[in-house]
Amino acid sequence: MIDVLYFAWVRERIGLPRERLETSAATVADLIAELRAREARYAAAFADLSSLRVALDQELASFDAPLAGVREVAFFPPMTGG
Amino acid sequence: MRVAVQSLPFDVGAEVSAFTAAVRGAGAVVSFTGLVRDEGGTLSGMEIEHYPGMTEKAIRGIAEAAVSRWSLVDVLVIHRHGKLAPGEAIMMVATAAPHRADAFAAAEFLMDYLKSRAPFWKKALGAGGEAWVAAKDADEDALKRW
Repeated sequence: MIDVLYFAWVRERIGLPRERLETSAATVADLIAELRAREARYAAAFADLSSLRVALDQELASFDAPLAGVREVAFFPPMTGG
Repeated sequence: MRVAVQSLPFDVGAEVSAFTAAVRGAGAVVSFTGLVRDEGGTLSGMEIEHYPGMTEKAIRGIAEAAVSRWSLVDVLVIHRHGKLAPGEAIMMVATAAPHRADAFAAAEFLMDYLKSRAPFWKKALGAGGEAWVAAKDADEDALKRW
């Protein structure tokens, strides 16, 4: 089981802030492929990966990063702090 | 080093005074405060979302990178989340160093990294509706100078 969190417009597009998923995805990219295939709102949220960032257990990661041992995955747009 | 992520307002003057009074061996204190713009009166406010847990860790990591790179005596970062009105302070950084060059450089470094590496997302609220503020290429480019 893995916790998947969504922030900002990703959260709005998918319609929920977090969910717990059963997945056999080996990498972030595999998980995205699984999510895209679920429903149109996921496909819309993950349509353009260049406008998305991912964090694994609260550390920024790349889309080809492995999910082994990861408990929390977060998807969000590029950050706008400061 | 102090990192505060909070919804409550803060008093910039009081924070800078307390920070300055507590540092030992510093010859320079630099502070920066970021405010909500009103964009010529078109903006009624800003809503700031963040990633509790990761936010504090990311800011602490950025502040630690600054401490290891420059000769600093202390670092303060305060960043708010939630709904803010135009003119309100969103965030501030303060750096204390033996000499001003380090204090200025570290403050700029902190700002550049907080902009695109701390998990905050701004939504602009206006009469015409609301819109997520897009990250600028220039913000990403700003990191290259470090």
